[in-house]
Amino acid sequence: MNNVTLTIDGIQVTVPADYTILEAAREANINIPTLCYLKDVQQIGACRMCLVEVVGGRALQAACVSPVSEGMVVKTNTEKIRKSRKTILELLLSNHNRECTSCVRSANCELQALCREYGVDDYPYDGEMSETTIDEMSPSIVRDNSKCISCRRCIATCTKIQKIGAIGVSKRGINTTVGSIFGRSLVDSPCVNCGQCILACPVGALHEKESISDVWAALHDPDKYVVVQPAPAVRVTIGEEFGLPMGTVATGKLATALHRMGFDKVFDTDFGADLTIMEEGNELIERISNGGTLPMITSCSPGWVKYCETFYPEFIPNLSSCKSPHEMAGAVIKSYFAEKEGIDPAKIYVVSVMPCTAKKFEAKREELSNGGLADVDAVITVRELARMIKSAGIDFARLPDGDFDKLCGESTGAGVIFGATGGVMEAALRTVYEKVTGKELADVNFHEVRGIEGIKEAEIDLDGKKITVAVAHGTGNASELLEAVKRGEKEYTFIEIMGCPGGCVTGGGTPIVCSKDLQYVNPKVERAKGLYAEDEGKPKRKSHENEEIKALYDNYLGEVGGHKAHELLHTHYVARVKYTR
Amino acid sequence: MALTPKEIEAKTEQLKAFIAEHKDVDGPLMPIMQEAQNLFGYLSLDTQELIADSLGIPVTDVYGVATFYAQFSLKPKGDNVVSVCTGTACYVKGAQAVLDKVVEILGIAPGETTDDGKFTIQETRCLGCCGLAPVMTINETVYGRLTPADIKGILEKYQ
Repeated sequence: MNNVTLTIDGIQVTVPADYTILEAAREANINIPTLCYLKDVQQIGACRMCLVEVVGGRALQAACVSPVSEGMVVKTNTEKIRKSRKTILELLLSNHNRECTSCVRSANCELQALCREYGVDDYPYDGEMSETTIDEMSPSIVRDNSKCISCRRCIATCTKIQKIGAIGVSKRGINTTVGSIFGRSLVDSPCVNCGQCILACPVGALHEKESISDVWAALHDPDKYVVVQPAPAVRVTIGEEFGLPMGTVATGKLATALHRMGFDKVFDTDFGADLTIMEEGNELIERISNGGTLPMITSCSPGWVKYCETFYPEFIPNLSSCKSPHEMAGAVIKSYFAEKEGIDPAKIYVVSVMPCTAKKFEAKREELSNGGLADVDAVITVRELARMIKSAGIDFARLPDGDFDKLCGESTGAGVIFGATGGVMEAALRTVYEKVTGKELADVNFHEVRGIEGIKEAEIDLDGKKITVAVAHGTGNASELLEAVKRGEKEYTFIEIMGCPGGCVTGGGTPIVCSKDLQYVNPKVERAKGLYAEDEGKPKRKSHENEEIKALYDNYLGEVGGHKAHELLHTHYVARVKYTR
Repeated sequence: MALTPKEIEAKTEQLKAFIAEHKDVDGPLMPIMQEAQNLFGYLSLDTQELIADSLGIPVTDVYGVATFYAQFSLKPKGDNVVSVCTGTACYVKGAQAVLDKVVEILGIAPGETTDDGKFTIQETRCLGCCGLAPVMTINETVYGRLTPADIKGILEKYQ
C-alpha cells in the first residue's frame, strides 16, 4: 500500500493511502470525536460528530468515511466545527433519557463524555420524544430505547460480526426504533445472548439483566450457604474496573475480594475447566476410537451453543455433551462438596462470576440441574461484580493477594487459558496427547491455536496418529467454518468455537472499552496475554495433574466418563427456530 | 381479506418464482417486497423470512424496509381500504377533520383494520386531484369536496 502525506491541524502525517481522515488524525494523536464509528465494525458517517473541514472542499465532511489523499489539508478544530458538534450533541439530547445519575453507564458513557467536552450545559431543542420501550424479558440483555441514540453499532456487531441479525432499525423519523422485528422481545428473536451489543453501545441503551440484588440477598440470608466461582477471564479483566492496566492478572486480589464480600466458600471455575478437559478429552478419544460423530465441537460457550441450536441444528450431534465449566463446578459443589461437608445441597447457593451474559441464560436451562436443583443459582458479569465490590467498600486495587478455598479451588494452567480463544483446544490437546500416547508432552505450548485470527487450523501429531483441529471465535467466524465443513472443503477431528470474538476475555460481560481507546489497544490481545502469563507461571499446566480433580474422581465420581460423571457433568441440546410462531 | 391456506400456498409459489428471477439483479429487495405486498396484500413474518432467507440477509433488514415505506403493510388489509389524503392541499381544506370522523366512526386508528375485517384506514399523500380537496378514496372510488358530515353516509354503503 502506498503512503500519502497530508496536513491535519498543521501537523504533517504520513499514512497508508487507504486510511480515512479519522484514522490518520488518531495516528497523529488528534482526537476527532465519534459516536457511530466503531473500529473494524462500523464506519457509516451517520452521527456527524466527526465532521471536519477539508480545505477546498464544499461542506464539512465526516472524517470516519472520508479517505485521505496526497497533499490534503484538514482542519479539525475551528469554531464552525466545534459549534456543529455541540449542536449535534444538543439534538441528540433532545430525544434522550437524561437520567444520567441512575444510568448504568454513567461515567462510562461516550455521549456524556462528549457533552462535557463540548460544554453542553443546556437543552435548547426539547420537543417531541420517541416512545420509550424497555425490553427486560431476556434473561441476559436489557434494551432501553429511551437511551438509544440510533448509532447502530449494536446492529453492525450483531449482523456483520456475529452474523446473527437479531436486531435492526425499523420505522423512521421520530419513530425510528432499534430492536427485534414486530416489536418482539429479544427473547423471541434469534439472539444468542452473547452481549457483544452491550460492548458496542456507546450509551446506556443496552446492559446485562442484573442479578446483583439476588446475590446480596443470598449473602444476607443466614439459611443459605453461598459459594462463588469466577471464570478464567474474570482475573484478567476485573482490574480494569478499578483503574489497573488492561490485562493485569488480579487473581489474588479477586480471591481476597470475594472472601471479604462474605461468600462462605470461594471456589474457582478454573477447577471446573480442568474437570471439563477430563470429560471432554475422554469424550474426544472415545469418539475417535469408537467411530463417533466427528468433528467434535466444544460446548463451553453458551452463546455458541444457542447459535448452533438455532442456526446450525444439524451440528448438534457434533457438540460435546459436556456441560460448561461453571455448570460442572456447580454440579460438583452441590453433590461432592455438599456430601463431604455435610451441607444440605438445597441450602447451597452457587454464584458464578462470568465474562458473559449468555451464562445467565445457560444457568436457567432446565437440563442443567440435578434432582430439581439448578447447578448454578445466579450469574453475574465482571461489571456487576465490580459494582458489588465497590459498594461493599472494598478497595480492590490495594488488596493483598488471597487464594481460593480447598476441594474445588485448585486449577492448572490448562484451566486458566480457557478464557482466550484457542485455550480450550490447547488445554484439551495437552491432556489428550498424554492420554492417547502414554508419553509426556515435551512442550505444552500449542502456539498454532493461539492468537486472534478468526479461524485457526493445526495438524496435531499424536505420536504417529495425526488429527486436524480448528478454532473459531465469534459466531460469524463459526458460521464461515461450519459452512466450509458442510461443503466438504474442510475435515477436522476437533473444533473449538467460542461465541464471542476473542473468546471469553472479550465476552459480553467484560469491562466496556471506550471506542476511542480501541483505536490504540486490542483487548482481545492484551487480556489474553494475562491468561497466558498466568498459565506460564503455574506449577502444573495439564488438567489431569490437578490433585483436587484426581481426588474428586478417586473419592466420588469414579471413572472419567463413567456413570456418575455422566449424570452430573453431561447434558443435551435442543434444536431451536429463529422466530417462534 | 383473509387468505385461505391454499391461496397462501399458491401465492408463496408465485413469490418464490419471482425471487428466483430477481435475486441476482442489483437491489433485489424492493421489487421482491413490492411483489410480495401485491400478492398477499401484506408482509407476514413468514413472507419476510422467506425473502430474507432467499437473499441471505437477516429478517431485520426486510422488516426495516417494510416499516420504513408506507407502501408496505404488516397486517392483512380490510375488505375496504379507506385512504384519506393528508397532502398539503387536502390538509388546508380540512382533511384532518375528515380523517378524525372516519376514525371516530370506525373506531380504529390510521393503519389499523376493524375486527370484522371490513375496513382499513390509511393516511395517504397527494392523490393528484387537489381540485377536489379534501379527498378520500375507498378502494378504487374517489370521493371529493368532503365534509365530516358526508362520511357516515359514504361508509354505510360499504357496511
